[in-house]
Amino acid sequence: MKKLLLACATVLGASAAMAETQVDIGFLRVDVPQPAVLSNLDPIPEDEGLAGATLGLADNNTTGRFLGQTYTLIDQNVPVDGNVIAAAEQILAQTDLLVLDAPAEVLLQIADLPAAEGAMIFNAAAQDDALRSDQCRANLFHTIPSHAMRADAMMQFFLARRWDDIVMIAGTHPDDVEWAAALERSAKKFGLKIRARKDWAFDADMRRNASQEVPLFTQDFGEYDVVIVADETDDFARYIAYNTWLPRPIAGSEGLRPRTWAPVVEQWGAVQLQSRFNDQSARDMRPRDYAAWAAVRAIGEAVTRTNQGDADTLRAFMLSDDFELAGFRGRPLTWRDWNGQLRQTIPLVTERAVVANAPLPGFLHQHNELDTLGIDRPESACTAFN
Amino acid sequence: MKYAISLIALLAAGALPAAADEIWVTNEKDDTISVIDIDTLEVTRTIETGERPRGIIFAHDYSVLYVCASDSDAVQVIDPETGEILHDLPSGEDPEQFVLHPDNRHLYIANEDDAITTVVDTETRRNVAQINVGIEPEGMAVSPDGKIAITTSETTNMAHWIDTETHELFANTLVDSRPRHAEFVKDGTELWVSSEIGGTISIFDVETQAPKGKIEFEISNIHPDRIQPVGFEFTNGDTHAFVALGPSNHVAVVNAETYEVEDYLLVGRRVWHMAFNADRSLLFTTNGVSGDVTVIDVAKRKPIKTIKVGRFPWGAAFRPTN
Repeated sequence: MKKLLLACATVLGASAAMAETQVDIGFLRVDVPQPAVLSNLDPIPEDEGLAGATLGLADNNTTGRFLGQTYTLIDQNVPVDGNVIAAAEQILAQTDLLVLDAPAEVLLQIADLPAAEGAMIFNAAAQDDALRSDQCRANLFHTIPSHAMRADAMMQFFLARRWDDIVMIAGTHPDDVEWAAALERSAKKFGLKIRARKDWAFDADMRRNASQEVPLFTQDFGEYDVVIVADETDDFARYIAYNTWLPRPIAGSEGLRPRTWAPVVEQWGAVQLQSRFNDQSARDMRPRDYAAWAAVRAIGEAVTRTNQGDADTLRAFMLSDDFELAGFRGRPLTWRDWNGQLRQTIPLVTERAVVANAPLPGFLHQHNELDTLGIDRPESACTAFN
Repeated sequence: MKYAISLIALLAAGALPAAADEIWVTNEKDDTISVIDIDTLEVTRTIETGERPRGIIFAHDYSVLYVCASDSDAVQVIDPETGEILHDLPSGEDPEQFVLHPDNRHLYIANEDDAITTVVDTETRRNVAQINVGIEPEGMAVSPDGKIAITTSETTNMAHWIDTETHELFANTLVDSRPRHAEFVKDGTELWVSSEIGGTISIFDVETQAPKGKIEFEISNIHPDRIQPVGFEFTNGDTHAFVALGPSNHVAVVNAETYEVEDYLLVGRRVWHMAFNADRSLLFTTNGVSGDVTVIDVAKRKPIKTIKVGRFPWGAAFRPTN
């Protein structure tokens, strides 16, 4: 017992000497006008993103309790037409760690502010590929996967299943157009081809007549293996399934979906995260919640390991080989040091199950199989990280 | 003549009381335990448990079996002879792993959902203490002298050192990502902690809680990300550790003196925990995804048999029968 007491004394002494580290993390959500959609079945939660950041903060504080580290969240929500720049500057005056749930153009405006120089800004919502390539910024990191990463996951699956005759129905919203373009680029990358594409330009209420319209709309695709539906705003995709002229699987924004996160992910201890989130927010964890959680946890992990809270130290540590985040994805999550993207697996899911988890077996890479998803070092036009 | 031989064989078998030792394996997704006869290497009994059985240990005198029925929020006490569930212990929510104190009376239980370690008195069936630890506590160990209990927390990435007299934490040591299992070795002078996502085993000097070494693993043609150490056990005299490496489907053999990895043995898919037979000549590993148990000849370092058990076998425990 004497030895034990002695040990206690040593550790208590150590913790008394340990400086308290206070880490403030900003969270800014910028509302965008939501396009009207046909169905009201799945409203977007008011606290999407923020709920993930809040859970990440609680996780950080539990760990911080043992290390003398305290985390607080400074969160703000800017309504449509609100003054985003003023809100960002206000947060950046208090902390240089900022998690953003905002569209790409707003992200870039904020990243380019003089107040953001030397800060770490985490993109937890915008999937635009350009942000990881020619539009990248040295202070901008991405925890949400890019369109390219999700598209590559989809194409790896098609290739593995030998579904090589692919057709696509794409929406006309800018997000749909961008997503459809990413899918076409990805098909090419994996030696596949999207043989035919039709744009969804209906304005009727499809709950009433999808069964009449969709068979005719898909009849002239002819023979094919799978139809991709590119509908990022969740407008019409739900009415395509079971209504196509040929009985074929549907993928993309409906049916088999490549997602950052989904309620059906339960392997690798994910159930723990899902149930912690459910207990906190009384709803399922959505991809943006996960991305915000991952950003806050990545900060926490770097603070834990370095015992520092400043953006310079954290940035250097996150980009080093020593950083890894246990993100319930079956593999350690690390940062791409050429464009600031968080590497991650992409589950391909239905409403009821995980069908596959990309990268699929057999897709090899000289450094890291996760880099078979998205913009790899040689393809990236990003120079801000050099 | 054939009959005569069979008869002799039968008589011989009858003369010895059914004496084969057993390995008990919890099947996480079947809510059962598969009992393996060590002589025949076959499953002889399947016992029903509460929901999602994971951690499994016998009382030191093997009079009862304790099972963490995680989704039933209970530790179940089972009669090993009959397989009957005798009663539940108040384990706290979602018990995953646990360890029995050398006093054969107190269970230290990791409550995965609650960031708590619960201490339960198996005699009074009361909850003696609840200790706040990091997020997703999992690995549990207690020192041979009974003075220190360890909880590892998966998301906080620490080993928490608990004084078993005061039930207070007296040290918290960081390890690599997602620590899963802890063991005291070499008469309680060293603590080993495996980190699943970090892909390492950290070794601590128990007296000072200072890091003493770190073991890394490398298997050709398998990406390091897939080499995820979870459960491990030691051979006689603590000379070697056998380490389950999860989705790499291998068990590593580590020299416990030099901390060098000497061998990698191919087993079933997603290997997690393991148990030895009485003289530690055979090792039984639970392979979650392939739903089987691999039997390893320890001296030859060779897998010798695969035994089909239930769905997602998780923990394993040895039971002598004579």
